[in-house]
Amino acid sequence: MSTEQNNPQKYYVPDQSIWPLVGSVALGLIAFGAAHYTIEFSRQEAGFGHWVLLAGLVVLLIMLVGWFGDQIRESRAGLYNAQLGRSYRQGMLWFIFSEVMFFMAFFGALFYARMIAVPWLGGASNNEMTNQILWPNFEAAWPLLSTPSGIETQAMGWFGLPLINTIILVISSVTLHFAHVGLEEGKRKKLINWLIATIVLGLIFLGLQMYEYVYAYRDLGLTLQSGIYGNTFFLLTGFHGLHVTLGAILLIVMLFRCWAGHFSKNDQFAFQASAWYWHFVDVVWICLFVFVYIL
Amino acid sequence: MSTVVTDTHSAHDAHDHHDHKPTGIKRWLFTTNHKDIGTMYLWFSFLMFLVGGSMALMIRAELFQPGMQLVDPHFFNQMTTMHGVIMVFGAVMPAFVGLANWMIPLMIGAPDMALPRMNNWSFWILPFAFLILLSSFLMPGGAPAFGWTFYAPLSTTYSTDSTALFVFSMHIMGMSSIMGAINVIVTIMNMRAPGMTYMKMPLFVWTWFITAFLLIAVMPVLAGVVTMVLTDKYFGTFFFDAAGGGDPVLFQHLFWFFGHPEVYIMILPSFGIVSAIIPAFARKPLFGYASMVYATASIAGLSFLVWAHHMFTTGMPTFASLFFMYMTMLIAVPTGVKVFNWVTTMWRGAMTFETPMLFAIAFVVLFTIGGLSGIMLAITPVDYQYHDTYFVVAHFHYVLVSGAVFSIMAAAYYWLPKWSGVMYDDFLSKLHFWASLISVNILFFPMHFVGLAGMPRRIPDYALQFADINAIVSVGGFLFGFSQLIFLAVVVKAALKKGEPAPAKPWEGAEGLEWTVPSPAPYHTFDVPPQVK
Repeated sequence: MSTEQNNPQKYYVPDQSIWPLVGSVALGLIAFGAAHYTIEFSRQEAGFGHWVLLAGLVVLLIMLVGWFGDQIRESRAGLYNAQLGRSYRQGMLWFIFSEVMFFMAFFGALFYARMIAVPWLGGASNNEMTNQILWPNFEAAWPLLSTPSGIETQAMGWFGLPLINTIILVISSVTLHFAHVGLEEGKRKKLINWLIATIVLGLIFLGLQMYEYVYAYRDLGLTLQSGIYGNTFFLLTGFHGLHVTLGAILLIVMLFRCWAGHFSKNDQFAFQASAWYWHFVDVVWICLFVFVYIL
Repeated sequence: MSTVVTDTHSAHDAHDHHDHKPTGIKRWLFTTNHKDIGTMYLWFSFLMFLVGGSMALMIRAELFQPGMQLVDPHFFNQMTTMHGVIMVFGAVMPAFVGLANWMIPLMIGAPDMALPRMNNWSFWILPFAFLILLSSFLMPGGAPAFGWTFYAPLSTTYSTDSTALFVFSMHIMGMSSIMGAINVIVTIMNMRAPGMTYMKMPLFVWTWFITAFLLIAVMPVLAGVVTMVLTDKYFGTFFFDAAGGGDPVLFQHLFWFFGHPEVYIMILPSFGIVSAIIPAFARKPLFGYASMVYATASIAGLSFLVWAHHMFTTGMPTFASLFFMYMTMLIAVPTGVKVFNWVTTMWRGAMTFETPMLFAIAFVVLFTIGGLSGIMLAITPVDYQYHDTYFVVAHFHYVLVSGAVFSIMAAAYYWLPKWSGVMYDDFLSKLHFWASLISVNILFFPMHFVGLAGMPRRIPDYALQFADINAIVSVGGFLFGFSQLIFLAVVVKAALKKGEPAPAKPWEGAEGLEWTVPSPAPYHTFDVPPQVK
């Protein structure tokens, strides 16, 4: 192994690893189980789907612990060089780009529904007869509180909980930045404190978001089934919430690694990647707040 | 593009302690080696090619005569759907990823892909994804039957429960593609040998670079749209249902925003392959290297602005139809630049016609035919006539079979000596070429005529006046299908090392770093990067 360390030109090509295969098995079980669970769930039947899904999630967890464990060990052993660090950073940025495009699909659906589908159903453009013949009592509006087929709901306002949540998430991006500054300066205490603050803010956000869902379902009658407004609302905020959850898990792992004294100014890819992910999630929320809640 | 190399380390490499190969099944299951992973991708894609191809033969057998003979209409629809899905996601895309894995590190002088473990993950997801997809044949109601484009409401209101399996297998296929693409892009950005500047990269590397960008941009959109199909079908949402304020046309917009870049994902690497082969056998440098790069980038950019040309008959506003018609026709310009450059490269070259070159030339001619029928389809008013007819089927099979698949065959023959260390069987390979060339035209050319005459696609029965041409097409289909077994024989022979040993550079006019390493390429190459001047 010493040759790798002594030769800055040498790229670290890892030896064989079991984890990619374990990860593939996990994804296969998750996909197969989730598909069957979905079918069984929609038919209210008992079946094997949820067991397969659960098994897949367990295997995935084992894979993540094992694979990242290997990565951390190799990184601590000094097997990685600057070039590999660049590969990781570029890979992470392209991954975040793919996530941006994932959210674009749902934002695209939202914009299309608001700007085109709903107005056309209400007779806009040259669709007067569509409205007259197919949906004679339908009036276009956004938020769509009464669908063409007559489902009623109430809109989620932006003031109050969503605004508080926005402020919380924006602050959490700032606190994470302070934590990073602490890392750059080599001040471990500063790093850990600000990182804890970030995680706490993230968890508060998630808690409030769950409360908002309860409020939507119980008090507003706004559900996943209440027409295109509820559909876009829940899928956009729901996928965002899943990303916040993942980001929080990443940050919690980073916290443990900071406690173990893993990072330094020149060796901090995992921290940096988690931080980028967190900022990305924050930016998505700001877009959500503007386009889903305010406008 | 010049790749003169000083590599003093290759002799040393052979004795490197790293060069031992792991043996047995573990070598393939746990590998981090780009060559092993490339090989697995290529074999997997060929297996899927045969699976998807046998479904196509089922379709052609039913259509041999008018009337219903062999299968019921629902099963026929399953065949058209699964044929499309398997060929696109199981055969063509993994074949290109396999070629990228094998060749990109060799072409840019890198020791491996940038992220070798993730590379293995990308591959091993695929067998699971396709097992799940194929397991849907065992579901009540059978496999998906809504066409590979899974238009709502066919895939929501009117589909069977195989939809859930379809959706989740698409999800993990998408993850595989995204990880593969990230790996390619990072490898190219970060692993080039010293001196290998961007504008010295072989065009195969360039085209894959751009393809990888397209993949990362649109595979997540596919993930989003299949998710909406899932929630519409199972969780009561209304994305594609007007009753709740949604719109089935929204599905088509989202799908084709993925789908049109996707078709370029399946052709841009072909451009790179042909741009490697034609100069090698014309013994002239590629004409207009820089313009090839810019043309590829323009095609990729335009591919995001043309999606609705698949939707002219949905009742879009006229200005939208006009916009998408003009943007689509604009793509003919960079594509024309490419065809012009290939022809000009051959012009007054010292040409020889080895099998890779034969496939490459056939590609240029037949792809151009498919491109020209594409321009016909891009014209909004006449598309009302062609839409959903066999003319469309003829068009995209010309670009995908005699385009993408022919280029993959060309690539396989061109680099087989490098992979296996032996020359392929020349007689069998030429037999494969001529059988494929003739049968592919018997198969797809007459489809233009029945299409123009109004025969709809994806229908198991048809009017009597289409009988003769359909019989001819079916004969062509079976000839083409069974011709591919010759290819299998050639590859198996080479894989078993039966043939003349190949020199490091078996093609006189070939250029590039991959020809500086011995044939077969050692398990580890370019441990120390070469210097490119």
